[in-house]
Amino acid sequence: MITLRSLTKRYGPFTAVDSIDLEVAKGELFGFLGPNGAGKTTTLRMIAGILRPTSGSVVVGGVNIAEHPAAAKAKLGFIPDRPFIYDKLTGAEFLRFVAGLYDQSGPIVEKRMDELLSLFDLFEWKDELVESYSHGMRQKLIISSAFLHRPEVVVVDEPMVGLDPKAARILKDLFKEYTRRGHTIMMSTHTLEVAESLCDRIGIIQGGKIRALGTMDDLAERAEEGVQGLEALFLRLTGERASRALVEVLDA
Amino acid sequence: MREEGAVNGGTGARASSVSASSTATAVNAPAAASPVAERLPRPSMRRLLRPKWHTIRNRVRKSDAKEGWRWLIVIAIGLLFWGFAMAVLVRVLTYFRGTPEIGLLLAGKLLGLVFLSFFAILLLSNVITALSSYFLARDLDMLAAAPVDWLQFYLAKLLETLIHSSWMVALMALPILSAYGYVYQGGAGFVLVALGASIPYFAIPAAVGSAITLVLVNVFPARRTRDLLSVVAVLAAGALVMLFRLLRPERLVRPDGVRSLVDFVAMLQTPTSPFLPSEWAQRAVMGSLTGDLELLPLYLLWTTAAVIVVGGALLHRALYDVGFSKAQESAHRSSRKGALAALAYRALAPLGALRRELVMKETRVFFRDTTQWSQLILLAVLLVVYVFNVKLLPMGSEGVTFFLVNVVPFLNLGIAGFVLAAIAARFIFPGVSIEGRTLWLLKSSPLPMGALLWSKYWTGTLPLLALALIIVGVTNALLGVGAFIFVVSLCSIVVLTFALASMALGLGAVFPRYESENAAQIPTSFGGLVFMLTSVVLVAGVVLLEARPVYAYLRARAFGEPIAASEMVVGFVLAFILCAVATVVPLEVASRKLDALEV
Repeated sequence: MITLRSLTKRYGPFTAVDSIDLEVAKGELFGFLGPNGAGKTTTLRMIAGILRPTSGSVVVGGVNIAEHPAAAKAKLGFIPDRPFIYDKLTGAEFLRFVAGLYDQSGPIVEKRMDELLSLFDLFEWKDELVESYSHGMRQKLIISSAFLHRPEVVVVDEPMVGLDPKAARILKDLFKEYTRRGHTIMMSTHTLEVAESLCDRIGIIQGGKIRALGTMDDLAERAEEGVQGLEALFLRLTGERASRALVEVLDA
Repeated sequence: MREEGAVNGGTGARASSVSASSTATAVNAPAAASPVAERLPRPSMRRLLRPKWHTIRNRVRKSDAKEGWRWLIVIAIGLLFWGFAMAVLVRVLTYFRGTPEIGLLLAGKLLGLVFLSFFAILLLSNVITALSSYFLARDLDMLAAAPVDWLQFYLAKLLETLIHSSWMVALMALPILSAYGYVYQGGAGFVLVALGASIPYFAIPAAVGSAITLVLVNVFPARRTRDLLSVVAVLAAGALVMLFRLLRPERLVRPDGVRSLVDFVAMLQTPTSPFLPSEWAQRAVMGSLTGDLELLPLYLLWTTAAVIVVGGALLHRALYDVGFSKAQESAHRSSRKGALAALAYRALAPLGALRRELVMKETRVFFRDTTQWSQLILLAVLLVVYVFNVKLLPMGSEGVTFFLVNVVPFLNLGIAGFVLAAIAARFIFPGVSIEGRTLWLLKSSPLPMGALLWSKYWTGTLPLLALALIIVGVTNALLGVGAFIFVVSLCSIVVLTFALASMALGLGAVFPRYESENAAQIPTSFGGLVFMLTSVVLVAGVVLLEARPVYAYLRARAFGEPIAASEMVVGFVLAFILCAVATVVPLEVASRKLDALEV
């Protein structure tokens, strides 16, 4: 459902994403892990069509996003890590606006809107201006907007940031149910427990390159002796030394 | 729960409000109250201001050649403006200097008027700036959580407010004071006195403005205060312009209405506002220029400034905690779908879901942002002043020929074009920039960027067009022009409006300021300057191209000559082509730029 071929993004001399090849299947929930600045967000933003790759290609649902951006984006829903939206619209107006971007309107949209808002406890707030929403409420509104047009693929950057435990649980269930129905989700996260419990496959990226890829079992098999659990594997691959150095700094 | 206002965030907001209150106490807690005050770190005012200084320094250091050129152009235009303002004032003051008895009084009166206007502007500007620097700035959470002494904090923020709100007035004052110094040959003494008067003259409105804001924030939530202040500021500015215009200050130099010279001199000698710092500053500066230096005005300026800063500091100590806490709450406002919105929805239905939603979004965002629409009030005032000025033109007087009656409205077209360009700069130019924070949504959706521009273009152009037709229609009717010029000016303003709106939107996309949070600041950027310059060229081009056929027509009418049809057609067609190109090209360029944009 998502195919990345030699995907590369350079900013001047700095290579943020370095020739990534990846295939995410239909109905799969794929987790993208990596330390800060590893290239996760850049990769997701290229898939969402917000950034243009320096080279390589992104294919969503069989459509190359560089060649047919509108067709590819129509299959996609994107949830960014920072919930910036129009402060002067109400929650309901914002959702109607997003539906309009996908050329959808009418009773079906209204019904889905009410369902999603109720799911995330936002129904009571739907006629309030977004400027009065908290960070978590904005995040829930954006999540609702990404699912409103029933996209085939949902790309999510840090979904749990700002969510209360109840909303986080609802989101996990929503992700599971959505992929069970044949849709695809690709998400980046720093919450390793979430990745471990939710994702069918995990990719660990560092320095713009994928360092490890597979199911949890695959990763455990490939791990060196003495490395158990996703956290240990993550630290081994992405900078265990740094956490040791931290202890030295604090002791100093 | 919701009636009480929650809230930058429902339940979460309440928690943040409480924590803000406690952290704000850290800023303002008198150090002496702490038993370990001696050992506490006490960051100085200089340290608090250092990040601001470093920001400016880094911006200068990191600027590339392209940025350097931009600055050079801006500085060159600024110097040209300075030179022009100074030259005009030198001419006026030289004329005053050559006028015995009343020349010096007139010069003093003029300086007093300038200082009074500047003082009003400074006061308004400081009230608004203080709201940002004391209550809404991004560094406040960090400072509130740090062990910062309340007085250092107050003084650092006061200086920040003063600089942000006064730099433009200071730059405007420089050529004015230079002109006075040059004409009246003020030496080093004049420079010292001007400087000595300027420091308290700028400090007083900063301290008063900060104190007003502090009190207002304690009464209203900060966000509501901002809305309130926007409207108050705009109304006050509007009233000032209106008052100035209705008083007709040009009568000061054409005293036909005053009964005798003695009355006129008496009027000039009476201080306009003896208890205001503007009057003290004027007396100090004029005194140093005439060799009759008065120390009392300087003494009044400095002592008043000192008293107000100390009073402001005490007020800050007493009220800031509560105010800062309140500033964490936002105005709770809801908006239910009204009859008007339902009507608009139905009316826009033929456009399809995408375009209808885009237009609705543009309209809602604009009218719900008080800082945006409050400027419409100022615009209305300026338009009234404009029409009032046209009405005052002595077109019906003796000696005004048929030629003049028709040429003036034609030139009025140029002025109207410039007014429309200024309005487009304020309301249409920021259109693309204000999408900065939501571009992730627009770019990740299948929305064609052309459709986004389409909605922004028409929601901006149609009101501008209505305004253009009113300005030209009303002024033409007031001037009593002939049918030909009436039609020519109406058609010209229509095509000009389409072109100006397109250029504003297009250049706004080519020179965007996505990081800007305030739409009002966007037109003051380099791109805004480029737009205004290009607009002047376009308006001048249309007026010049149409001048010849208009002249030919008026000649034919005045002297009974036959009208040269080819000359008429060529002139008007060329003007139309120029406007058509200026309409199509900027939108096309903007569309490509947005398609290629990465966020």
